[in-house]
Amino acid sequence: MADRRILGLSCLLAAAAALFLFWGLRGPVAYILELRLVKLAGLLSVGAAVGVATVLLQTISRNRILTPAFMGFDALFLLLQTGLVAGLGIAGSSQIPALAGFLLDAAVMMGAALVLFTSVLRRTRHDIQLMVLTGVVLGLMFRTITAFLQRLMDPSEFSIVQARMFAQFGSFDREALAMALGLMMLAFWWVWSNHAVLDVAALGRDTARSLGVGHDRLQLKVLCIIAALVSVSTALAGPVAFLGLLVTSLAHSLMRTHRHALLLPAAALISALILVAGQTVFERILMLQSTLAVVIEFCGGLLFMFLLAKGKIR
Amino acid sequence: MGLLLCLLAAVSLFVGVNRLSPGAVLSDPQALQLLAVSRIPRTAAVLLTGASMAVAGVIMQLLVRNKFVEPGTTGTNEAAMLGLLAVTLLAPSMSLFGKMLAASAAALAGTALFILLARRIPPERPLLIPLSGLVYGGVLTACATFVAIQTDLLQYLGIWMSGEFSGVLAGRYELLWLAGGLAVLSYFAADQFTIAGLGRNVSLNLGLRYGQVLGFGIVTVSLVSALVIVTVGMLPFIGLVVPNLVSRIMGDNLRASLPVVAGTGAGLLLLCDILGRLLRYPYEIPVGTVFGIFGAAVFLYMLLGRRAHG
Repeated sequence: MADRRILGLSCLLAAAAALFLFWGLRGPVAYILELRLVKLAGLLSVGAAVGVATVLLQTISRNRILTPAFMGFDALFLLLQTGLVAGLGIAGSSQIPALAGFLLDAAVMMGAALVLFTSVLRRTRHDIQLMVLTGVVLGLMFRTITAFLQRLMDPSEFSIVQARMFAQFGSFDREALAMALGLMMLAFWWVWSNHAVLDVAALGRDTARSLGVGHDRLQLKVLCIIAALVSVSTALAGPVAFLGLLVTSLAHSLMRTHRHALLLPAAALISALILVAGQTVFERILMLQSTLAVVIEFCGGLLFMFLLAKGKIR
Repeated sequence: MGLLLCLLAAVSLFVGVNRLSPGAVLSDPQALQLLAVSRIPRTAAVLLTGASMAVAGVIMQLLVRNKFVEPGTTGTNEAAMLGLLAVTLLAPSMSLFGKMLAASAAALAGTALFILLARRIPPERPLLIPLSGLVYGGVLTACATFVAIQTDLLQYLGIWMSGEFSGVLAGRYELLWLAGGLAVLSYFAADQFTIAGLGRNVSLNLGLRYGQVLGFGIVTVSLVSALVIVTVGMLPFIGLVVPNLVSRIMGDNLRASLPVVAGTGAGLLLLCDILGRLLRYPYEIPVGTVFGIFGAAVFLYMLLGRRAHG
């Protein structure tokens, strides 16, 4: 039964991808098709990464409202972008090649996340909620500094930063995308080969330990995977805070199971489907390039409030 | 502590781009004018803001029964922001008082909604409340950001959001006296707030009109936040850090600790404002930035330090 749902989602995604690729294909077909393929690959990988990372975080924190973005990833990304523009000026920051920018963003975010995870987790005796709150407070601090830097900017500098404040799905750098894909595949492979262990870890620390799962080590590994996935996808496209929340809620209500063998692919597929279908609608029908991210944020935010009001948060 | 506060205030009066020495005040009419138009209002504004925000924070913590809550982590500030943005767009010519009213109404609605939501959260997971509050604030900020992008007000919004006092002159800060007045008023209800902090059932048992006290608390907190946001901008962490520092030493009896909370809030904020004025002299760093970093560091210490030996 469940497999049929995954199959259905895959068919939907394939249809959306085909629509995205072939709709309104005119002129130099090969060239346009190549451009669209790169974009499609970007959308698919960002979507899958966000979906999987959010499911993982919710599993190890046993909390259905968290997404990695709350833990300061977005704030750090914005601080980086703002800092680059403020430090180097418009000319300097636009001279950084896209690949180098991607590597810098990904490396800084991953490094910061690893430092946070390893140092704080040890101090808090693996209290993941406390760690999340620490991340949130750090995020607030980053935002304060970002606001200060943005205040010093002139409007033309600010408009560059403003363009990066929301995720951009319009263009992806090919080399960066290839590297991101490689890293993501590694991460997905690890997650997939551990999906049964994750089922046990979702039962909570004590139960998992009595069932013979080295919970703390697993937690740290999963956090590293989350850090890698989120850093890479944020560096590729930009911040998408509420997409993960939207996706995991949909996946949970569709699959009605706690088994990661079903949850993880469902979340990845739904996430990619939202991005591909959304981008098709917004880019081709509504002719709006950059509003998809904002609309996703808004829907996700509303969903969060709804979950909070229904007392679904445990 | 009173002495320290006076000392800080005196320093604040004589720190600034225009040199002003204590001796000149007696002889130079221009110096006297500078003092009356800029320095005294600024110092008063900082003191009033620090005191009233700290008081608002402590009231909020008692009402939600959570030590990690303040107007900045319950969506109050963000709601006030949204109200201010709406009134700026819809009725740009409205007076400062009208804007204040709109921001207060929005803050009130936002805070009340959060308190309703927070009741759904099980009390045995205390960290979930500030977490939800921060996310809730994030949702409101996302709305504000979206509107601001559409109307090209984003940088303007950013300037609003970081609180600072460099624009304070005589005639432009007097609304803050209202916030100070509210803080004083809440002192008379201190015992009621202390009891309300014991929870709904206990307070009803003790004969407290819980609903009334809750309502009064929410109105006070919302008004203070809105007044501060309209006049100086958003100042996170004051309401969080100061009451926690004080309650470590003095406990939770508000009648005894409220003056200390107010005094500490005023003193810390003034210290940060003076620092902000001196660090990049002759330029200024907004006090919101200074306190944002300092407050976040203290908050993290409270979060992590407590667990290390507890």
